[in-house]
Amino acid sequence: MSDKDLLFAYLLRLGDNSLILGQRLSAWCGHGPVLEQDIALTNIALDLFGQTRSLLQYAAILEGKGRTEDDLAFLRDVRDFRNCLLVEHPNVDFAYTIARQFFFDTYHFFLLEQLQDHSDAQLSAIAKKSLKEVTYHLRFSSEWMIRLGDGTAVSHEKLQTAVDELWIYTGELYTPDELDLELAARDLAPDLKQLENLYLRKVRDIFDTATLSLPDTDFMQTGGKQGRHTEHLGHLLSDMQFLQRAYPGLTW
Amino acid sequence: MEAIWKILEEVNDPEIPVLSVIDLGIVREVAMDEQGRLVVSITPTYSGCPAMDMIAVHIKSVLQDHGYEEVIIKTVLEPAWTTDWMSEAGRQKLLAYGIAPPVRGTVDKNALFAEGPSVKCPQCGSSHTQMLSQFGSTACKALYQCQSCMEPFDYFKCH
Repeated sequence: MSDKDLLFAYLLRLGDNSLILGQRLSAWCGHGPVLEQDIALTNIALDLFGQTRSLLQYAAILEGKGRTEDDLAFLRDVRDFRNCLLVEHPNVDFAYTIARQFFFDTYHFFLLEQLQDHSDAQLSAIAKKSLKEVTYHLRFSSEWMIRLGDGTAVSHEKLQTAVDELWIYTGELYTPDELDLELAARDLAPDLKQLENLYLRKVRDIFDTATLSLPDTDFMQTGGKQGRHTEHLGHLLSDMQFLQRAYPGLTW
Repeated sequence: MEAIWKILEEVNDPEIPVLSVIDLGIVREVAMDEQGRLVVSITPTYSGCPAMDMIAVHIKSVLQDHGYEEVIIKTVLEPAWTTDWMSEAGRQKLLAYGIAPPVRGTVDKNALFAEGPSVKCPQCGSSHTQMLSQFGSTACKALYQCQSCMEPFDYFKCH
């Protein structure tokens, strides 16, 4: 694969993560537990969509087949999505939503920190811009992890349940596959081993303060980055892509 | 080019209409390309800022009103926008509008539990204020409440 093809594949992974998580968070609009958190979750969704646009726009340019960011978002089917399994997990409740957000934000924050120095000027610019936003996201989700974990018996139990279930989907964030290794070898993506250390240190730190227990399992489910998704993603797409599926080519 | 910058002061941010795009500091460059077309480079405050498309349309139409037929709007991401680029006039306008301007020299970027900046209430001037939420009515604002006059208010967060 040429550097350009590799970068295209990488941008899809990055863009799809932000797109799918943004779509999940948007479903909280009008349903947040209180107004401030409703607004916070939808603000984060908006940031993620903005980042998605920059990433998929650039991916489409690199691909050079005349596709746009909208084509990539709305005209691909489930097996063509390259997001990690974590972000497609349903919202379930506020505890699940916060736990999913915290795991992703932590990974996202350290990843963007490294992508800022990327040799590709456009990807570096997107990372610098996104990092400013994701810093707020990480602060938000970290604070809620502590507030719920070290809160009441009920909030603690709900969050621990969410963490226990979501845990197996977090390994994929820092477990390199062939593409990740190839990207790292050509200096097109950061070394995930280093990211894993930063990620786990932060997770342990917050878990300690939040009085949460780390799940006791070594098994980690992977597949999302290669297009093998959970059942949930298809349902999400049928909703997100409804207009283009029902009325192909529809525009504003 | 000076004239163009002056004209752009007529273009307001659709979400905070008291501020012009110049006050906000989102116009990065005005130049003429080889074909004699005007190229205006703008940068978003936040990646997902929904006002960007509207701002681009507005800039074009205002410049066309002044006789500049061919205008190209370019979006640039780097260097990333910061509240330091907001003009002094812009800060005063924000305050008068009831939005607390970004506190200079504060680092609002710490990933965890940084002490929030001391934000003055735009209504009564009290420093006895409290942050209600890091996220407010638009991507660029946080929600505060004054503990003296009890009014809630928007704070344009330092970024």
